[in-house]
Amino acid sequence: MGKDVAIIGGGVAGLEAANQLATLGYNVTVFERNAQPGGHAAKWDRLFPNQRHSHEVIDSLKSHLNGNPAIMLSTAISTISRNGQKFKLDAKGRAFEADAILIATGFELFPAERKEEYGYGIYENVITSAELEEMFAKNGKPTMKSGETPKKIAFIHCVGSRDEKVNKPYCSKVCCVTAVKQAIEVKDSIPNAEVFNLYMDLRMFGPGYEDLYKEAQQKGVTFIRGRLSEASELDEGRLLIKTEDTLSSCPLKMSVDMVVLMVGMSPAIGTSELIAGLGLHPNKDGFVDIADQHLYPTNTTAEGVFVAGACVGPNNITDSVNAARSAAIEIHQYLSKK
Amino acid sequence: MKYHPFVIPFSIGLAFVMLYIVGMWAYWIIRLSRREQKIVWKRLFSFRTIAAIWESMMEGLFHRKIFRKHALLGYMHMSLAFGWFMLIVLGNFESRLYPHSNINPPYYPIFFEFFRHDLSPLREYEEIFTFLMDFFLLLVISGVMLAFFKRIKSRILGMRRTTKHIRIDRIALTSLWFIFPLRILAESVTAGLYNTGHFFTNFLGQNVIYNLPLDQLYYPAWWAYSIALGLFFVTLPFSRYMHIPSEILLIFLRKYGVKEKEHHSTFTKIELNACSRCGICIDTCQLSTNLNISNTQPAYFLRDLRYSQPNEQLRETCMMCMRCVEACPVGIEVVKIRENERKEHQLYSENSYNYLNGYSYPKAKVAFFAGCMGHLTPSVIKSTLKLFEAAGVDYTFIDKDGSICCGRPLQLGGQAIAAKQLIDKNNALIHATGAELLVTTCPICAREFRHNYHLNIPVLHHSQYLLELVNSNRLKLKKTDLNVAYHDPCELSRGLSITEEPRELLSKTVNLVESGKQIGKNSLCCGGSLGATNISAEQRRTIAVATVNQITQADTNILATACPLCKKTFCSAQDTVAIQDIAEILANNLANIKNQNPTKKSAEREVITA
Repeated sequence: MGKDVAIIGGGVAGLEAANQLATLGYNVTVFERNAQPGGHAAKWDRLFPNQRHSHEVIDSLKSHLNGNPAIMLSTAISTISRNGQKFKLDAKGRAFEADAILIATGFELFPAERKEEYGYGIYENVITSAELEEMFAKNGKPTMKSGETPKKIAFIHCVGSRDEKVNKPYCSKVCCVTAVKQAIEVKDSIPNAEVFNLYMDLRMFGPGYEDLYKEAQQKGVTFIRGRLSEASELDEGRLLIKTEDTLSSCPLKMSVDMVVLMVGMSPAIGTSELIAGLGLHPNKDGFVDIADQHLYPTNTTAEGVFVAGACVGPNNITDSVNAARSAAIEIHQYLSKK
Repeated sequence: MKYHPFVIPFSIGLAFVMLYIVGMWAYWIIRLSRREQKIVWKRLFSFRTIAAIWESMMEGLFHRKIFRKHALLGYMHMSLAFGWFMLIVLGNFESRLYPHSNINPPYYPIFFEFFRHDLSPLREYEEIFTFLMDFFLLLVISGVMLAFFKRIKSRILGMRRTTKHIRIDRIALTSLWFIFPLRILAESVTAGLYNTGHFFTNFLGQNVIYNLPLDQLYYPAWWAYSIALGLFFVTLPFSRYMHIPSEILLIFLRKYGVKEKEHHSTFTKIELNACSRCGICIDTCQLSTNLNISNTQPAYFLRDLRYSQPNEQLRETCMMCMRCVEACPVGIEVVKIRENERKEHQLYSENSYNYLNGYSYPKAKVAFFAGCMGHLTPSVIKSTLKLFEAAGVDYTFIDKDGSICCGRPLQLGGQAIAAKQLIDKNNALIHATGAELLVTTCPICAREFRHNYHLNIPVLHHSQYLLELVNSNRLKLKKTDLNVAYHDPCELSRGLSITEEPRELLSKTVNLVESGKQIGKNSLCCGGSLGATNISAEQRRTIAVATVNQITQADTNILATACPLCKKTFCSAQDTVAIQDIAEILANNLANIKNQNPTKKSAEREVITA
């Protein structure tokens, strides 16, 4: 057949789709703007719900990258345009061609500085969930800036999710279960630590998630239904957090050693501009709009342009892998008819 | 005495309107409170009266404030008011110079040309009077034409939108528009027949309409003119034109020191009647310009309050940013009236603030208050305290742990009883610190402290206090080449008239770049307003983005604000330009040697951990 498929983004969705399309006999090139493939998952320590090491999944996805599919690292595609039957891609002056495009640009973590009242970037022991994963990968447990081990940790759910004030009205789906997973990991790594989760709702939708929540409760994690209103700094880098326990309608103040912000998923920077060249527009939340929510979740309204993964909205790894396979079949059908 | 039946409509109208106005003035003055009547009496024979007369002329006749907004719009209002006024005055002089009987009825000067066809008894004044009367008539008719034009294409007169009027206003407006064309017709017909006019009416009568049956038009034209006048006078008290007599009274009372209280009063009634619904407030309002909400502005709110009750939507849809107050040509205290109207709908539960007990803070010379919004922008607090430390300020942070709201957000929502509880708690707290000065980084709090706390110590916004510290060399700043634009917060600029200190302060360390006219007291609202509870987060963002675009240019490095709420609003709406409080900019450019006063900090730490 010898038709070319270009995949923008070498994360979970991009890599999985590349494997499938190469197996189907297409010439596949993955364009990854970072120096390493694997996206956010490559930087994660362990995955919910079974605490499997993230690198196992990424390594498996990467193992097929042996010429076809090919991957071009540190290559950011700046524009895509339609050129007759083909697409023209441009990466800083270098031009590429393809018969079909798969957008798999993923997401960006919500910039936590935008919730200034939570003190990220201002107080040294306010960190993000991603930074906690790095700590787990490095030390197997969280540590305060001073090098001490925190004894009291608060997880703040919904930072940059379900928050109209920062223009993120949607749910990021995976943060609830991630917070529960991380709370358990903190408990496991620092047995006498007190762990609090400040949540709005707990959306434990996936298989095994509810079990994880039960496990956390059994291990002594305290769940408080209330949003954080603000954090301020006490002595020696400790933090005072204020919330309301909405189940008992009681304002609450607590001093803790560390605050972990469960940052949500925001649209990847540059994707809107990239798809604009194909006549596509982002949806109201800023993610790529899909052709049909029920029947064609990996198609766009532009012919020959497909989507997979978190570039269409918050997704977990399972859903991204599914979407990648679905997109591969859609691309195959599209190219077979051509 | 000269008489003809056509003067009846005019005379009835005039008698009615004069009685009504005199009656209303008397009623209003009687209904003022004792205290207000006292100050009016006390100040009646003072320069204030002269100032009031002067202002009545400048605003009532020349519409100075409208001229400042838009020259053509000002001309329109001036030509109508001043032109008509001059016609009345000159007409009176003319009729008095003319040999007349002892009884000079009010209609006589108005219809002078009907009664006197031979103007030669005016002798050497004939020429000048006929000329001036024609001149001012031409002036008025140019205003009427502009007013008519404004209804079709308001943009030409600098207005994006004009007020949508109710029926009584339309009737009054229409009769007013008819008065002058009909007067021209009547006088031109007369001039055509008897040569009573000058360059304008003589020209029309003798060169334009000369081949019409002037004899037959003569009486109907005067009748029509009289009816139009009569109709206008009868509708005046019930329409927007009641603003004419009300505004004069308002100007005098205001000069004597009468103003809006904490609840509606007789003065409010006068203010409501003094609103002409000119609609200048509509274009000034960002809800209209940015969100297309153009039916809740003061012109409509005051109108509904004058005739009955504004509905909830009308009452609550307002950011209380006070741009309209600045723009109002009549100077009506619109936002205060709205606040008082909101107070009529208070929700209050006695136990709401029981938890606000048991705070205590160390004593110091300066009490620092960050406020709720300050606590949502901790980098502002951190920067301010860094500057205080550097300058060696003896301060105590009186809402460090467990802040009590200053009460202003409740105040803006009309929840005065609840606000009072917070005010009392904070007052006790401030008093207990023994501070000689209260400093806050929040203009919203600063305004509340100054206007509603009755503190016996001065209240400074941090821009003022930091400027003092810089000027007295306690703070030393580096000069950088950052291009900084400054956004005036509503409560600081319009609320407290503080516009220069933040600019002076910024100029000491960065390049302050001003852009556009929307600065100082004319600044735009950030959209984050605590005064509006029924606009959505998205609508707020739309306003914030529009405001940022207005103030910044492509080479703006930082948009500086002096209000934590403005900062928060701008930050969450956009990320094209960095937003910083003046304290943050100063703290970043601090050139002081560190740790001037290390003992202070440890003392404070002890208290907090306790």
